[in-house]
Amino acid sequence: MSAAAPGAAPVRDAVEWRLAAPLGLTYVVFFAAPFLILLGISFYADAEQTRLGFDSWVKFYTDAFYLKVIFDTLKLGVFAVVATTILAYPLALVFRASSPRMQRVLIFIILMPLLTSVVIRTFAWIVILAREGVINQTLMGLGLTATPLNLLQTELGLVLALTQIEMPLMLLPLLAIMNQLDQNLIDASRALGASKWRTFFRVILPLTLPGWIAGATLVFASATTAFISQSVIGGARLVYLPALIWQQSMVVYNWPFAAVASLTLLFTVLSGIMALSWLGRFARTT
Amino acid sequence: MSQRSTPADISFNLTVGLIAGIAILILVAPVLIVIATSFTTTQALRFPPPGLSLRWYGELFDPVRSAPIHTAALNSLWVAGWATVIGSVLSVLAALAITRVSRPSARALEASFLSPLVLPTLSYGLAALMFFSVLGIRPSLNLLIAGHLVVIAPFVFRTTLASLTQLDPALLEASANLGASRFYSFRRITLPLITPGIAAGAFLAFIASMDNVPVSLFLSTARTSMLPIRMWGMMESTLDVRIAAIAGVLIVAILVLMVVMDRFTGLTRRVSA
Repeated sequence: MSAAAPGAAPVRDAVEWRLAAPLGLTYVVFFAAPFLILLGISFYADAEQTRLGFDSWVKFYTDAFYLKVIFDTLKLGVFAVVATTILAYPLALVFRASSPRMQRVLIFIILMPLLTSVVIRTFAWIVILAREGVINQTLMGLGLTATPLNLLQTELGLVLALTQIEMPLMLLPLLAIMNQLDQNLIDASRALGASKWRTFFRVILPLTLPGWIAGATLVFASATTAFISQSVIGGARLVYLPALIWQQSMVVYNWPFAAVASLTLLFTVLSGIMALSWLGRFARTT
Repeated sequence: MSQRSTPADISFNLTVGLIAGIAILILVAPVLIVIATSFTTTQALRFPPPGLSLRWYGELFDPVRSAPIHTAALNSLWVAGWATVIGSVLSVLAALAITRVSRPSARALEASFLSPLVLPTLSYGLAALMFFSVLGIRPSLNLLIAGHLVVIAPFVFRTTLASLTQLDPALLEASANLGASRFYSFRRITLPLITPGIAAGAFLAFIASMDNVPVSLFLSTARTSMLPIRMWGMMESTLDVRIAAIAGVLIVAILVLMVVMDRFTGLTRRVSA
């Protein structure tokens, strides 16, 4: 652009720069300002918002119950990342080896659940995990268990459901980077006598790490905030930050406390994202 | 590659194939199970269904008994439509502003425009509720449009930015050298070339709005109910088989839209490349 008319470049920049203003302004008013209000409200000491103070923060961070909720939320995010990674990498390898036609079919299969409402996917897992659900019927049919297993309202059931719900988020960046991977590097590794296992762990895995980090970030952020899946499949016994935020703000009407929980969720997700990007930088330098 | 298959290589192929098969099963099975369940004859959510019928679809389309669901669906369509249109226009403008500027401030702006994709939108939903309530604005569909807009704009922004980056600058230089005004070049060259990208983004944005829970959870009320929240309510109280019928309708709608969008924008290629 600027090469065509070097003299005019700054003026053009200024004109084009201004095109970002409408979206920028929308973000300032409807995105940044609400977060500032949220932060402000968290410094009210009481539910009626009459007194300022750090009481809500102190109450949240000194109570073992709430600390456990933070830990459980982080743990759920990590489990979802691990489970989607284990399933997504082999599928991405198969995708890479497939014909273009087959690749389109696979993309379709991956996009389909992504575009199906999260509520519907959660609903599907109720049908699957329920006492008379698909898994219990299969297990009892095979004689593996005499009584139906309790899968709903367990962490295992929730992780299983989240794995399906979040897997497309892991797959899409992974498939993109897998397709760009230079076949010569794999061939070289094989020609030098490395087994497929060794080639995968020493060549493919390090080179596709940026795609994995992009996917893991999305899965972590999504799994930790999946309110509907967490509350419907996890039930009342498993409490995560989103349910706590909802309950405090819409049931108990303690907005300062809900604001603290909400900012804690924000920090939790941000720390997860930062840990992942740090991992990415660390992996590049070693 | 395959001339020397050592036991290690065979075990690798078997492991990869087996896990990939399980992954595909996990991805596809729930969708199929829901569709099958929607045709059941009984009140119970059983798979496989004991008998097949269109009973629940009949219930779902009953204008009296399912009126709340219809209202919620229309609200969701209205909000998703407006949020997508406004969000697309703003995002395309912003993407045009940012692509050709390489200053660090432009990269920072790009990152902040994309931030709603990874930041927990649930935190944002509560923040938006508090913001509007501090300002004394009563909940309405317009507030929902504003809330959804912020969350779904990044989808259009991202795909538009990607199309603009792939655009050959030589085309615009040629157009300028031939005397075309900047707006004429935009209308005749840039816009047609980035339209598929915009459309793919707008499609994803629309779906994201239709599917949005975290923002609607806080901004919707009994009078401005949204479909996903209504469905969540139906799931919490009684496991109404109509949910499966809604799922069936939505899945078919998405499938049709996906095929159309794929023809038009190469959606499946766009996502994988």
